[in-house]
Amino acid sequence: MDLSGHNLSAKRIVSMSELSVADIDLILDTAKAMKGISEREVKKAPTLRGRTVINCFMEPSTRTRTSFEISGKRLSADVINISGSGSSLTKGESIKDMMENLEAMKPDLLVIRSAHSGVPLQVAGWIDCPIVSAGDGRNEHPTQSLLDLMTIKETKGKLSGLNISIIGDILNSRVARSNLTAMKTVGCNVTVCGPATLLPRKIEKFADQVTTCRETAVKDADVIMTLRIQRERIGQAKFPSLREYSKHFGLNLKVMEKARKDVLLLHPGPINRGVEISPEVADGPWSSILEQVTNGVAVRMAILYLMTGGVRQN
Amino acid sequence: MSELLIKGGRVIDPSNGINGIFDLLLIDGLVVQVAEDMKSETATVIDATGKWVTPGLIDIHTHLREPGYEYKETIATGSMAAVAGGFTSIACMANTNPVNDNAEVTRLIIETAKREAVANIYVIGAVTKGLNGKQLADIGDMKEAGIVALSDDGKCVGALSVMRSAMEYAGMFGLPIIEHAEDPGLSLGTVMNEGFTSLKLGLPGNPTASEEVIVSRDAVLAGYLDVHIHIAHVSSKGAVRAIREAKERGVRITAEAAPHHFSITDETCDNFNTMAKVAPPLRTDEDVAAIREGLADGTIDCIATDHAPHAVNEKELEFELAAFGISGLETAVPLSLALAREGVMSEEKLIETMTCAPAGIIGIDRGTLSEGAVADVTIIDPNSEWTVDPENFASKGRNTPFAGWRVKGRAVMTIVKGKIVYEC
Ligand SMILES: [Zn+2]
Repeated sequence: MDLSGHNLSAKRIVSMSELSVADIDLILDTAKAMKGISEREVKKAPTLRGRTVINCFMEPSTRTRTSFEISGKRLSADVINISGSGSSLTKGESIKDMMENLEAMKPDLLVIRSAHSGVPLQVAGWIDCPIVSAGDGRNEHPTQSLLDLMTIKETKGKLSGLNISIIGDILNSRVARSNLTAMKTVGCNVTVCGPATLLPRKIEKFADQVTTCRETAVKDADVIMTLRIQRERIGQAKFPSLREYSKHFGLNLKVMEKARKDVLLLHPGPINRGVEISPEVADGPWSSILEQVTNGVAVRMAILYLMTGGVRQN
Repeated sequence: MSELLIKGGRVIDPSNGINGIFDLLLIDGLVVQVAEDMKSETATVIDATGKWVTPGLIDIHTHLREPGYEYKETIATGSMAAVAGGFTSIACMANTNPVNDNAEVTRLIIETAKREAVANIYVIGAVTKGLNGKQLADIGDMKEAGIVALSDDGKCVGALSVMRSAMEYAGMFGLPIIEHAEDPGLSLGTVMNEGFTSLKLGLPGNPTASEEVIVSRDAVLAGYLDVHIHIAHVSSKGAVRAIREAKERGVRITAEAAPHHFSITDETCDNFNTMAKVAPPLRTDEDVAAIREGLADGTIDCIATDHAPHAVNEKELEFELAAFGISGLETAVPLSLALAREGVMSEEKLIETMTCAPAGIIGIDRGTLSEGAVADVTIIDPNSEWTVDPENFASKGRNTPFAGWRVKGRAVMTIVKGKIVYEC
């Protein structure tokens, strides 16, 4: 493919607030081309041969880590995975020391996942190696947001002007934060919905509409995104039970009757069937949940390509 | 015989209502006289023309980290930071290791201070054993050993029943309780102010209500029991209001504010700047304005730094894991002087909040240039401009959000018990 002449303005992907519309377009266009590689019989291109990508996952993750790993391998990069919980990984070493050590091994790209908000940005301040965030605490999950945008654009043909409703645990969701920022950048109209206990203060400064009524959120939406609900929120007194959450905030067929016929349903996964989404809805005609996973690989291939000098003159 | 004659400065001594160009004579560690045009054959003369000459500044809220955390700070280095910042007397909090909850630790601190400190060190004992919030510390023993106040600072005394007992028991010994007012439940796991910035950064936010409810609760209890409660580092508009209302109904409540809380906001946490991580957290413009108003109208009685030094590696961490606290002794004077310059309060009132007002709260005979008083004196150049560089701090703690700030005003000479201990 020929993308010469195009380049990302961002030297790191740690926050959707640092990506311009042009950057997002470039990533999505590149991802579209990358998707072709995954559909070939031999799913491998030599593009990143000789490049080293370190996936540093300091928080357990299966699907994002796998997605990054497959992305790197499909482009023939040397992919090294480091994973474990923060303390077992650093063995008493500070995060800064650890990152400086990794950089000394001269990787071309460092993918960082952390349970703590801000780590990819902090690391980008400590070392020169390009950084891609694979999710940090409650802060951001930029590649998830980009794969969501890709899926929406594929289905709806555009991004600007769409009504998007995000339903669930907005307070604790990095997916919601990245998407709120990104969707504003590309000109969507975003509604957030959830129980008042899971809507952070000042959220009205981020979202165009805020509601605790799922029917209101669903009604005029072009896209509905539900977020995973975690059982531990019950212990934090955020809501009484999964049953009650499901009854008042879950997406079921009855609620979906209020939605537009062509509505697109997204979920960043993994799904709690019967909690935030009923099985019939998850498997219904609206759902693009598996397409999101496929697009996740394409978006991450695009980012690896754009960030590790795929467009570099060689 | 040691004699110092400080000439031509503007002497500001709010305890005596003095504010004018005078000379100050100190002999053998005591104040002899404040008068016009004094002469002495024997005294060392110090020219203070264009400078302020004030009673030695007092900071009733510092963490000196010794015993237990000497890598962060020691009594010696903390005292050097104090005098470099213009403070002649500081009080140190009890959250050392071991906790200062018994007379043995109190005596250890006092002995070490006598031996190694260049400033006067006053000691604050814990309210509860090991700061556990449950059983009372050895309050009577510590009083005998020399403590001036009680505080579980770093932690709030969570249980009302415990606070009630602590107030009654401490009241017997005439000791004020200094409360770190944050509801343990509401502030659990939080690392910055709850608001737009915490939302943007995805960091768990601490609501202002967490402070306001504890201040209100303590005011009710202190009023009911008629004892003295002192609120540490007021950070929120609601807390200022609660203190003001309590004072109006006659509760024996006093309060302090830290320079960071009246100088900067939670936006300083942007980009996950751990130097701005402090408890209680930096709040918003509205809160800063309320604290300034509170200082001006006397709702907040004094300025205290909450000097909380940490090692570099305790701040170069994930924001959620980084240590809370700001190394504050060496930036307090310029940040506080800004209040006078910006018209928030008069120069005299400002010096009051750093001298006789804090002295009164912990009941020490300092903060005055009365005849016969201990000769603790600070000479301040209000016009000296300088750039904050933590590498030049006397404190081991270089953790400050003010690094690189161009500021105005600094202590140019600090005199403790008639001896020049700092000069720049
Ligand atoms: Zn405190």
